Amino acid sequence: MARTAIRRRLTWRLATVAANASEARAVHRLSLRIDGWDGHLPGQHVDVRLTAPDGYQAQRSYSIASAPESPTVDLVVQRLDDGEVSPYLTDGLRPGDQLELRGPIGGYFVWHAELDSPLQLVAGGSGVAPFLAMLDHHAAAASGAPVRLLYSARTLDDVIGHPRLERHAERGIGVTIALTRDQPPGWTGLSGRLTPQIIRERVWPVDRRPSVFVCGATTFVEAVADSLVEAGHPAAAIRIERFGDVRGARRDSGVPTTRR
Amino acid sequence: MGFVSRGFVGRPEAREGTVLLPPGQYDIGGGFPVLSAGPTPRTALDDWDFTISGEVDAPDRLTWQEFQDLPHEEVTVDIHCVTKWSKFDTTWSGVSLDTLLDRVETSADYLLAFCDGGYTTNLPLEDVTGGRAWIVDQYDGEPLEAQHGGPARLLVPHLYFWKSAKWVRGLRLSSVDEPGFWESLGYHIYGDPWREQRYAGD
Ligand SMILES: Cc1cc2nc3c(=O)[nH]c(=O)nc-3n(C[C@H](O)[C@H](O)[C@H](O)COP(=O)(O)OP(=O)(O)OC[C@H]3O[C@@H](n4cnc5c(N)ncnc54)[C@H](O)[C@@H]3O)c2cc1C
Repeated sequence: MARTAIRRRLTWRLATVAANASEARAVHRLSLRIDGWDGHLPGQHVDVRLTAPDGYQAQRSYSIASAPESPTVDLVVQRLDDGEVSPYLTDGLRPGDQLELRGPIGGYFVWHAELDSPLQLVAGGSGVAPFLAMLDHHAAAASGAPVRLLYSARTLDDVIGHPRLERHAERGIGVTIALTRDQPPGWTGLSGRLTPQIIRERVWPVDRRPSVFVCGATTFVEAVADSLVEAGHPAAAIRIERFGDVRGARRDSGVPTTRR
Repeated sequence: MGFVSRGFVGRPEAREGTVLLPPGQYDIGGGFPVLSAGPTPRTALDDWDFTISGEVDAPDRLTWQEFQDLPHEEVTVDIHCVTKWSKFDTTWSGVSLDTLLDRVETSADYLLAFCDGGYTTNLPLEDVTGGRAWIVDQYDGEPLEAQHGGPARLLVPHLYFWKSAKWVRGLRLSSVDEPGFWESLGYHIYGDPWREQRYAGD
């Protein structure tokens, strides 16, 4: 197992927003300029901290969606309309604004370009973010690893980084997009959810010994990981990143608990 | 005060709850997110055992039935995940680590909990004795679901929740504090949420 320990102290630092552009429905790509950024490995994330004038703070994690070779550190953020942090990032930040963050964080859900074993990426929704970093890095590092991406999105408008993914497909990355809600006329990708059968058919076969990365909401990730294990992939070859469960995250009443 | 995020006010309710929350955490309310680095292992209860090994006079091994027969306690505690959510008043039932560790003689100061799926986490013995840690097999009066760590997980509520290892199968006692899985990958060796010890060096 690759162990890239972060022994350095992770301090809060200020990033400057270079661009904030729509990337799909309710999804923005924030491009950040960070002085003295030492680079990162694709798959790592940053912690973002917002501070209100009265000192109240909120922190959330976001995967880095850009390759280490990129001049900016990019985040791909999906706006949850009733969320506390994501609407601020997508709608509140303008170029020139500053944002406090620390990172890069995480040494397990990372891909090293020196590995040339087959790479299998399975994404649900905004879970594609760390894979955008891996694919761009794969291209920049001219990696010889064969790569497949299996990506489940609701509709074509929800596909994050579509033009980028098409460019990766043109250079030989196996990109399969499954649209779960509705499909445009003439759609040649998959339709509906990722079933165990689709996973068996579209993921690198077990005997190719792929490294498998799965990222998305909890329910998605659980279902995919179970199917992979059933299909015979060793659990140790499957790495998981969960962005949380949007439905599961709903509070009882919205009233904070004051019992103790 | 230092930096202010232009135009950020935050959720008003979130602010009221903050006295009960360690720094940087928010109340997830009714939700119960799931986190782990790999797929959920499913071990048959017939194949399950719990061992205490390492620097002990004689290693101890319990079958599922023997574990069930040990006295269980019900505990209601707040839990704090390093990914920022906290959950108040969660109710579990399980066996106190005091009960389990009483079964062996040791002069060790640390333990490494090991689990199905290869996960490990390290803890000082001090932190898991004196009624501060349990091996739990029930959540909210029901058998613990596999995705939340069933059949049994560690519960160490005063530390970040990655220390409450899911699918736990035993404890290895040692005189040295050997970093576990996340602890070798840049997370804090101890993990106190009230001191916001998320990552190495915090
Ligand atoms: C390692 C990691 C990497 C991640 N990477 C990404 C990424 O690349 N891109 C990305 O978009 N996200 C990512 N996430 C998720 C991200 O950290 C946030 O969880 C997400 O942006 C939501 O934050 P929020 O503050 O907008 O929503 P929150 O305020 O946290 O709310 C989350 C949900 O809970 C519900 N909720 C919250 N409060 C209430 C209330 N009072 N009443 C009713 N319902 C409520 C809302 O419905 C909302 O949908 C990642 C998470 C992790 C752990």
